[in-house]
Amino acid sequence: MVKSGGYMKDKNKEVFLGEENRSRLLPILQNVQDKKGYISDADMQNIADELGIHPVEVYSVVTFYSFFNINKKGKYIIRVSNCISNVLAGSEKIVKEFEKKLKIKVGETTEDKKFTLERTSCIGMCDQAPAIMVDDKLIGKITPQIVGEIIKDLK
Amino acid sequence: MEAKRKGPVIFSEIKPYAGLKQALELGESGVLKLVQDSNLKGRGGAGFPTGLKWKLAAESADKEKFVVCNADEGEPGTFKDRVLLTEYPVLVFEGMVIAGFAIGAEKGFLYLRGEYKSFILSIEKELERMRKDGALGKDILGKKGFNFDIEIRIGAGAYICGEETALIESMEGQRGEPRNRPPFPVDTGYYRHPTTVNNVETFAIITHLAAKGVSWFKSIGTEKSVGSKLLSISGDCKKSGVYEVPFGITIKQIIKMSGAENTKAVQVGGASGVCVSKKEFNRSISYEDLSTGGSIIIFNEERNLLDAVKNFLTFFEEESCGQCTPCREGIPVLIEAVDLLRKGECTQEYLKDLFSLGETMQLASKCGLGQSCPNAFLSVLNNFKKEYSLSKANKKEKKFNG
Repeated sequence: MVKSGGYMKDKNKEVFLGEENRSRLLPILQNVQDKKGYISDADMQNIADELGIHPVEVYSVVTFYSFFNINKKGKYIIRVSNCISNVLAGSEKIVKEFEKKLKIKVGETTEDKKFTLERTSCIGMCDQAPAIMVDDKLIGKITPQIVGEIIKDLK
Repeated sequence: MEAKRKGPVIFSEIKPYAGLKQALELGESGVLKLVQDSNLKGRGGAGFPTGLKWKLAAESADKEKFVVCNADEGEPGTFKDRVLLTEYPVLVFEGMVIAGFAIGAEKGFLYLRGEYKSFILSIEKELERMRKDGALGKDILGKKGFNFDIEIRIGAGAYICGEETALIESMEGQRGEPRNRPPFPVDTGYYRHPTTVNNVETFAIITHLAAKGVSWFKSIGTEKSVGSKLLSISGDCKKSGVYEVPFGITIKQIIKMSGAENTKAVQVGGASGVCVSKKEFNRSISYEDLSTGGSIIIFNEERNLLDAVKNFLTFFEEESCGQCTPCREGIPVLIEAVDLLRKGECTQEYLKDLFSLGETMQLASKCGLGQSCPNAFLSVLNNFKKEYSLSKANKKEKKFNG
C-alpha cells in the first residue's frame, strides 16, 4: 500500500484511485522539481517507495522529460528558444549576449549558482521572437539591450 | 466573450454557455449527429473526423470514459493554443464539457505543455468560475445526472507527448513513448478506458458549432474542408500572429495578409510540414491540398533553406523517443546528408538513396513524428534544387553505415 510522506501533497488536489497511483508520478516529480530545482537519487528512491514501483522506473521517467533535472542547476534557468522562427529573428545573438553577460557558455551554470543558460525548442512565442523562458515565465521580443536588464532584475 | 479578434468561426461572437446549453437540449445522440453531419475534422493536423471519433467512444459499453484536450502544442512555429487558452479558455472548456456529454464521460483532462505552465493560475480561475456557474461539476446547467469536471495535467518538455498515445502514456506516469495503434485511444485509452483526445482548436470550434448549427458551419470553407483554420504565422513577415482564415485560402493570400515581402519559401506545418516554393504559392490550406496544424513560417530570399532543414532535423533528433529504428537511425543520416549537400559532396547516386531512406521513414516509422520528420528535407530537395549542388563524382562514394 502507498505510504504518505510529503511527496503526495502536491498543490494539485489529487484523487487516488488504486492502481492509478502511477499516474501521479509526473505531478509529484514536478512538485519536487519546482521546490528543489532538481530530483536527487534519494528523492527518486522515496517516490518509488511511495508509489510501489522500482526506482529505476522513476529514473527512466525523470530522464525522459527535458524539464526534469537530476543535477542541481542554477536558481534561475534561462532557456532561449532556438526554433527556426527564433533563429530567423536573431536568437543566436541573444544567446551570445547572455553568454557574455553571465560569463558562461550555453549549458553551463554561473559560479554563484544563480543562472543556468540553455537552448530549448519552440516555446510557442514565435510571433514575438526572439523569445526566452525564465523558469516558467515566457518573455518575447528580446533584444541584446534587454538581456542586461533581465539579469539585473533577477539579481 | 470579448471579441478582440475577428474571424469566421472561433473568433466570431458567442454568448457564454450558448453552445453548452444548446448541446444539452439536443441530447447525446443529437450532439453526435451534429458533429458527424458537420464533417468537422481534427485541427491538430492529422484531420481525423471528430464525429466518428466521438461516435466510437460513445458506442463503447465501458462505464468509465475520458475526454482529453491536447494542449501540448509543440510544433515549431505554432502558438494558436497559447492564444486560445489565454484569451478564450471558456470556449475550449465548454467544448470539452460538450464532448463529455456526447460520449458519456465524467472526467476531462487538459494536458498542458510544460512551457505554458505560467497559464495555470488564470486557467484554474476560469475553471473555478465555470464551477460556480454550474457549467462544471454535478448536474451541469440543471441537466440531472450529467456530471463533468476538468483536471489539468502538465507536460515536462517533450514534443512527442503531442502524439495522442504518448500523451496518454505521459498522463499515466510513463515515459512519453507512443503506443502501437490500433487499438486506438477511443477504444483503449487512459488506463484502457475509451478516451477521445482532441486538439484545443477542435474543442473551441465544437462550442460554436453546437450554438450555431451545421448549415452555418458548412457555409464556411470548402466542400471537403469545412470551416476555418487558425494559422500561426511567423518568420520573415511584418505582421506575425494568429489569424483565423476559412479553408481554401492560398499561400499567396497568406503572404499578402502577413505583410511579407521578397518571399522565397513558406514552410507549412512546422518542422514536420513541407516547404512550398514560389511556383506553388497558389496552393491552398485545406485537407485536400496542404493539410496543417496551422504553423506557417515564411522565409525571404536571403535565407538558406538547408539551414532551416538542419534546424528541423536537429530538433527531431532531440525529440525522437528512440523506440523505432527508422526514426532513431534515419534522422542522423539525414543531418549528415545536409552537411554533404552544403559542401556539394553528395553524389546523384547517394541522393537517390537519401530519397529512398526518407520514404522508408515515412512508411515504416511507428508514429507521426518519425513519419513526418523527413518531409521538410524531401520537399526542400525536391522544390529548391538551386539550394544545393551535387558532386560530379559518379562513384557511389557514400553508403549507409549498415
